[in-house]
Amino acid sequence: MHLTLEFGGGLELLCKSVKFHNVNVDLPKGADKLSMRDLLAWVRTNLIKERPEMFMKGESVRPGVLVLVNDCDWELSGQLDTTLEEKDVVVFISTLHGG
Amino acid sequence: MDEIVKMIGLKNNCTFCGVFRRQALDRGAALLKVDKVATGHNADDIAETVLLNILRGDIARLSRCTSIITGEDGPIPRCKPFKYTYEKEIVMYAYFKKLDYFSTECIYSPNAYRGFAREFIKDLERIRPRAILDIIKSGEDFRISTTTKMPEQGTCERCGYISSQKWCKACVLLEGLNRGLPKLGIGRTQGLNSDGKKDRKRDSRTPSIESKQCGSLEF
Repeated sequence: MHLTLEFGGGLELLCKSVKFHNVNVDLPKGADKLSMRDLLAWVRTNLIKERPEMFMKGESVRPGVLVLVNDCDWELSGQLDTTLEEKDVVVFISTLHGG
Repeated sequence: MDEIVKMIGLKNNCTFCGVFRRQALDRGAALLKVDKVATGHNADDIAETVLLNILRGDIARLSRCTSIITGEDGPIPRCKPFKYTYEKEIVMYAYFKKLDYFSTECIYSPNAYRGFAREFIKDLERIRPRAILDIIKSGEDFRISTTTKMPEQGTCERCGYISSQKWCKACVLLEGLNRGLPKLGIGRTQGLNSDGKKDRKRDSRTPSIESKQCGSLEF
């Protein structure tokens, strides 16, 4: 499945400072849908090059990271259970900054 | 700040940075002869500050930290227009309006005490988002017991600025740095360690590096 991922608010530093990624994610074995849960695991393995604890905590994102699926807050579409479709755009923005 | 950290180590960095930054802001405002200073503190910041002050028993700050306007009796009042706005809302607004902003984090912040309060609040927000506003409400409704001794406002002997002790915190810290005493102004005192980033640095103590005995804190 082809998706566009964007990292902002400082998270891009975990992916070698690349903000936009056009990716092709395989569906998990035996599944007919791709969920955010699956995508997060895929991102952690394939895109996060350092300090994974800054991006994820457990099976979800670290508290303080905003997730938008097609410009809509994922809390409205079921968070981890949100299903993704071809050409969807997923944005991860860290809201934690400042000193 | 890097030079200061070379001298004091990786602890209490927020105290120095916050106090000096606040002083710079106040001095700059006075030079420009402004009427008011507005800062960008958001709901998450205020909630973190309330928790932080509870965790450290900083009663003086606890009573002041939720005021949306402070320093009204001073030369330049300060206000926090975003006091009830969630950090998440601000980030979403900036994203959709395509606003350009700094998102770099202070390199010394992993060692900051505030980080623990922040982590806790973020976990709370995930379960019950209203918690942030509710913590602020609790903070606003705190009333300090009448028997608690509170610091009185005066002026700093060294620089004339507003202070609750003989010397204001900025003067104490500066003196410590110049005399090679990195612990001056840091340590168990009435005001305790100040996470000066959001707090007024007004209370400090007379220059002394004696530490108090356990159980002898006066309030």
